[in-house]
Amino acid sequence: MKRVLGGISLLLVSLIYLAPVLFMFIGSLKPDADVLVQAGSWRALWPDTASLENYRNVIARVPFGRYLFNSLFITVAIVAGGLLVNSLAGYAFSRLQFRGRNLLFAVVLALMIIPLEAIAVPLFYQVTLFGWRDTYIVQIIPFIANAFSIYLFYTYFLGLPKELEESARIDGAGVLHTFFLIIAPNALPAFASVAILTFLTQWGAFLWPLMVTSGDAVRPLPLAIATFHSLPPLQWGDIFAFGVMMVAPVILVFIVFQRWFVRGVVATGIKG
Amino acid sequence: MATGTCSKRSLPTGLLLSAPALLGLLLFVAVPFTLAFLLSFTNLRLGSPLPLEWVGWEQYRRIFSDPAFLRAIANNSLFALFVVPLQTTAALVLALLLNRALGAVKLFRTLFFLPVVFPLSLVAIVWMLILAPGPNGMMNAAMESLSLGAWESRDFLRDPDWALPAIMLTSIWQGVGFQMVILLAGLQAIPRELYESAAIDGAGRGRQFLHITLPQLRNTLIFVMLVTTMLAFRLFDQVQIMTQGGPLRATTTVMFEAVQAAFTRQQVAKGAAMTVALFGIVLIITWIQRRITREDREIA
Repeated sequence: MKRVLGGISLLLVSLIYLAPVLFMFIGSLKPDADVLVQAGSWRALWPDTASLENYRNVIARVPFGRYLFNSLFITVAIVAGGLLVNSLAGYAFSRLQFRGRNLLFAVVLALMIIPLEAIAVPLFYQVTLFGWRDTYIVQIIPFIANAFSIYLFYTYFLGLPKELEESARIDGAGVLHTFFLIIAPNALPAFASVAILTFLTQWGAFLWPLMVTSGDAVRPLPLAIATFHSLPPLQWGDIFAFGVMMVAPVILVFIVFQRWFVRGVVATGIKG
Repeated sequence: MATGTCSKRSLPTGLLLSAPALLGLLLFVAVPFTLAFLLSFTNLRLGSPLPLEWVGWEQYRRIFSDPAFLRAIANNSLFALFVVPLQTTAALVLALLLNRALGAVKLFRTLFFLPVVFPLSLVAIVWMLILAPGPNGMMNAAMESLSLGAWESRDFLRDPDWALPAIMLTSIWQGVGFQMVILLAGLQAIPRELYESAAIDGAGRGRQFLHITLPQLRNTLIFVMLVTTMLAFRLFDQVQIMTQGGPLRATTTVMFEAVQAAFTRQQVAKGAAMTVALFGIVLIITWIQRRITREDREIA
């Protein structure tokens, strides 16, 4: 009985908590005027009228497909590039001997505490100098190498049994061979954690695209919805439809790979 | 002997494997970081007729006597002061409730984690409508029915007293799920036997929480609180979208001021000095974390 009551109260709390999400999904199906007028009543969370009109409007008003492609392309490129580059570095630091290794690794650890915000201003002028403004490159390349990802890979590789490589070495396999065929397949949880953490940070990137992009061509979704919101006429139904289209694919991915999302998030907490 | 030949052979390999990452970190973290320091000691301002000069600590003297920047630091600090304890408490309560919900843990974890996959800019925009002025706004209407009509509806984002709390609430809503997931994992890692033996000794739920749960969760709690503190000082997206730092600087932040200085007013050096100050704050927070966790290790 107590458990049932606890469950019901938890359900109520989660309903209130998710009201903004419901508001967005349901509002996206309503006429613009209704969204605003009904916001103060229960009807805001009740789909009494449902049409895809707002979705059609968004597609007609802005190049939504372009934004979606930009966001996907940029995020996938950062995640893929980051997995490769940072896992190799993490492997080198955890399993290979080379001169200067400890010093270099200490530098990597120190760089971990520098947030993008602290270097954004000079980085902006630096990429301007490179002629990278308003490109995909400027939104991808600076974010591939990541000190925290290296650290996560490093700690995971340290925990793998040494016998893995030793058997490979007896077979005469090279370092790259060993890494890709023996180490990486045994470290899938580390790859998944890093992929998901990178995805979560990069998918929502706003400050940097705001600084370096100026047109629709390479603008990602989080910035695009902010400009869409300030684009007259202010139509909340359309804005919510934009929001749903932008977040629905991520919600689906999240629900399918939930276990990995949770692991990825928990991995951040292992630090320290 | 075997290790000797091995280390010789992999001397270049190790460097080679880490080279792409190291090069990236050098070019896009270390170099701009050094530049930020160097720039902050100059008078660089785009379009300025004055020649580029080394001005020493002048920019720092300027920003620390600039009322807007001081207000920004105060706002970031207030944000941290309220958001960190409120969000952590909420996350802990949720994690405790979920930890007892047994079969339904996964369902509720999904529901509460959902906002974490929402980009902050989308969250900010949805909340602008929730916080809309007048009795038709969702927040105003909810407050009115909760207070049985005593609530006077207001324009949260244009009210100097309410704008920052409104942004705090928005941020807590988006961030609480992330903390909850970490705390839930921490709770699930506490050995059951501790509770069992405490129950045998006659300790009630309250005592079990104080003497087992909290101490066992201490490091996890410190970690989530410090991460949230750092995020509080990096606050930007919500402010840029919801209030543009206003009204009357009530919601301006260090990062918002830095972007204003460096890009809107072209005061590159001043903007750089502000971001270096931001880094200083992050450094202090990290140092505090190290101190606290080290003390803990000595005790344990």
